[in-house]
Amino acid sequence: PAAFPCPVSFPPLQTYSEEESMMREKYAQERIAPLVSKMDENSAMDEEVIKSLFEQGLMGIEIDPEYGGTGSTFFSSILVIEELAKVDPSVAVLCDIQNTLINTLFANLGTPVQKEKYLSRLSTDMVGSFCLSEAESGSDAFSLKTRAEKHKDYYIINGSKMWISNAEHAGVFLVMANVDPSNGYRGITCFIVDRDTEGLEICKKENKLGLRASSTCPLNFDNVKVPEKNILGQVGHGYKYAIGMLNEGRIGIASQMLGLAQGCFDHTIPYTRQRVQFGKRIFDFQGLQHQIAHVATQIEAARLLTYNAARLKEAGKPFIKEACMAKYFAAEVATLTTSKCIEWMGGVGFTKDYPIEKFYRDCKIGTIYEGTTNIQLSTLAKFIDKEYDH
Amino acid sequence: MSGRVLVGVKRVIDYAVKIRVRPDKTGVVTDGVKHSMNPFCEIAVEEAVKLKEKKLIKEVVAVSCGPQQAQETIRTALAMGADRGIHVEVTGKDYDTLGPLQVSKILAALAKKEDAQLVILGKQAIDDDCNQTGQMTAALLDWPQGTFASEVSMEGDKVKVVREIDGGLETVKINIPAVVTADLRLNTPRYATLPNIMKAKKKKIANVKPADLGVDLTSRLEVLRVDEPPQRQAGMKVETVDDLVGKLKETGHI
Repeated sequence: PAAFPCPVSFPPLQTYSEEESMMREKYAQERIAPLVSKMDENSAMDEEVIKSLFEQGLMGIEIDPEYGGTGSTFFSSILVIEELAKVDPSVAVLCDIQNTLINTLFANLGTPVQKEKYLSRLSTDMVGSFCLSEAESGSDAFSLKTRAEKHKDYYIINGSKMWISNAEHAGVFLVMANVDPSNGYRGITCFIVDRDTEGLEICKKENKLGLRASSTCPLNFDNVKVPEKNILGQVGHGYKYAIGMLNEGRIGIASQMLGLAQGCFDHTIPYTRQRVQFGKRIFDFQGLQHQIAHVATQIEAARLLTYNAARLKEAGKPFIKEACMAKYFAAEVATLTTSKCIEWMGGVGFTKDYPIEKFYRDCKIGTIYEGTTNIQLSTLAKFIDKEYDH
Repeated sequence: MSGRVLVGVKRVIDYAVKIRVRPDKTGVVTDGVKHSMNPFCEIAVEEAVKLKEKKLIKEVVAVSCGPQQAQETIRTALAMGADRGIHVEVTGKDYDTLGPLQVSKILAALAKKEDAQLVILGKQAIDDDCNQTGQMTAALLDWPQGTFASEVSMEGDKVKVVREIDGGLETVKINIPAVVTADLRLNTPRYATLPNIMKAKKKKIANVKPADLGVDLTSRLEVLRVDEPPQRQAGMKVETVDDLVGKLKETGHI
């Protein structure tokens, strides 16, 4: 755990180590903000943005410096994702997936050879994608149908994946495929598939409501040959890895939604303080004040849930319940905040000239991906049930 | 040649903050207000780090004068590539009255102590806009100065500085050791990358007191009052050119 600069034994959740304080940089505002609108309209991430994310060391936050990474902590990743999301949630999700899913899987499960080959690329110039969902399996992830047939020292993968983020730019894909369907989910195995592997087709990206600059593509696997040494971890353990990683990824998404809400809020309040109607600032109307205060409180609550889940994970304590709460709550808060912000901005909130409507469109995916709200709630209920098992 | 460059970095109120005058009119509100490194100091750090990357100098030492928080500013310089830092501790009343004269005495003492071959500073700070520290430091050291630099190049035992002046650009060649002050167009400061922020943690910041350097911090200036600039008056609309001329005469403008 990082050393807190505070002398009290139980520092407040919003206490940061020195380097964590330095993470809140101008970089996102200056380098990314000017491009956000264009990237949203064209549904395309600017290559320069991706390059600068690597240059800033933001794509390998927890990777060991021996592999060219930053060597920082999970909490630092959470702070970075939040800061990026304040400017563009699409950029934040690219950074989130890389750090919380791809890098973590390689770092935790990779053989020395795999780590050597991939971690140094992931921290410097290569984007990764995590491929679990299919057309017929979303929440019911383990009913996935993509098949990996074993031959001597290689596997042949056939099937398709859907909703794969980062796919347009990814150089490596972590593909969950089943080597033994008769064994149900215990056949699911994680394969490392390089982009240029024959038979791997990255299809046209989805035309989405929000997070448009983040590429989301279907993938086709047509007799894709993958050597045995490209299995990440153990055969048949893929389901465990997926669950494990998604628990952490949950906190990352919570942070993204938190940053989204805060960024939207930060753009709106100055307007309410400036806009005058009936002789006073619209901020001075009690109706607005009460709504604004309510939303601000919700954002703060989401922040504390997110930070606490992150600190719990860092401390090696159980954190799944808290991670579920953080993700579910932050997504709801993002929806509430963005919706209210449009109302507070009035007509201009409804136009594309202002960044508010984009935040409104972007937030919706928060209640859907990396575990729908309903899944989070069911998981939470299971935890609660167990807690009362005396 | 020591190959050592001293860079002064000042902690100021962030450029984006809306400044408010304190009700007691003794200064501006600084409590709880966002502070960051003076933009011209960032440019100075960037230039020093660039010189090191070109292997023209060997070590960049970042110096800041002020209370505990000045260390944050030094850390930022370290994250940008400075090798080590020196925090000159100035607090309380001394800090309130700290100005170019005192800082230049401190920098001059440090430049001698550290055997610096170059002192690079921002041309001015965005809070007091004094534009004096560089010039005073050079005078105290009896070193040549290249101020308002928009280009700096090392040429053996001399520094060539292209200066931005009212009439255009002036190029001077000055002997090392020298003082250079950075103007806006000298370079574009880099963002501190995350790995560099992490590395900065391990770099050393030495603590020094002005008394250790034999510097007297007594101010020769007394701030009597600080006021907001006068409110901008509303303009007036007139119908004809004659009206315009009439109004201008009336208000004594012509």
